[in-house]
Amino acid sequence: MGNGQDLQAYGAIVAAALVTYGLRLGGLLLSSRLPRGGRSRAFMEALPGTLLVALVAPGILAAGPSGIVAATCTAAVSLKNGNVFLAMLVGMAVKLAGQYLAG
Amino acid sequence: MNPETSSRCPNDPSLQVGRDERFVALQDVGQGFTANLPVAASVAAYGSVLGVLAVQKGISWVQLLVMNLSVFAGSAQFVMVDMWVPPLPIAEMTLAVLAINLRYLLIGASLEPVFRGASFWHKACRMHLVADENWAVTMAVRRRDGYVSTGFLLGGGLCVVTAWCLGTLSGHLLGAAIEDPSVYALDFAFVAVFTALAMSLWRGASDTVPWVVAAATAVVVERLLPGKWYIICGALAGSLVAACRKNRHGGDEAES
Repeated sequence: MGNGQDLQAYGAIVAAALVTYGLRLGGLLLSSRLPRGGRSRAFMEALPGTLLVALVAPGILAAGPSGIVAATCTAAVSLKNGNVFLAMLVGMAVKLAGQYLAG
Repeated sequence: MNPETSSRCPNDPSLQVGRDERFVALQDVGQGFTANLPVAASVAAYGSVLGVLAVQKGISWVQLLVMNLSVFAGSAQFVMVDMWVPPLPIAEMTLAVLAINLRYLLIGASLEPVFRGASFWHKACRMHLVADENWAVTMAVRRRDGYVSTGFLLGGGLCVVTAWCLGTLSGHLLGAAIEDPSVYALDFAFVAVFTALAMSLWRGASDTVPWVVAAATAVVVERLLPGKWYIICGALAGSLVAACRKNRHGGDEAES
């Protein structure tokens, strides 16, 4: 609740906002200079996916067997259905069922 | 503003044209807004989850609202809230936002034909409200009609940002009422939402090796380095593998 923490929070938000807006407008203004193919384009295109996978992988392992099963169900629903929200609910329901079955 | 207004001043054609143009622009914004209502419903639902999780991390509704309006990027905000443990790892957070939002560089570039001939300020004012959803709806209309206005894009952005704020803030309200998040498997919500989000970015078999490398690197680095650096390390390792494989095959994705 302290002022320092609030300042830190807004610092993080402003940094993220500047980076995001910079990318949005930068992409439009520099459209002719962006790589249209090749390795750097492949690197850029792969980043969002690999970042999310890297973010979530340790969490899935830490959640144990029920976490791995639940994450697999989430992934399957998301892939088949394309609805992120529904996939998430299914994952949480499976995890919840696992928690009750385990104890 | 109805058409009669402009017919009342027939002796000033320049004013009349100005009003008509403004009327058309406003109409485009309205059409963009309406066309995005279906996706806005899922944006709100998804936002409510972010709101619930933000409460658990001690983020106030004002901070969340400021984040919604200034950052306005769903996946990036989930990543920020996930990393939100005081003292905030601002460097890691900003780099992660940069990596996940790097796709906006490509989205921005794809809008060049839509904005062709527009002034810098016209572009600068409209690009902030470009999200995945209204971008996709706008590009679909452009593919269908061969033309789409920047007003349509802006209207979609206004619709999505409204839904995003309503969703996240109602989630925040709901989250404040939950006493023990682990009872509802809320501690698993981050894992579930990121798994679902990642799968929505799955492009096919060519992603398999980069994703396995990203996951393995993250798991190993998480044990070796403090903080959240494993996210950046895993993402870089996986994407480098994707870049190298592209080089080896030397051609398009169609080849793999």
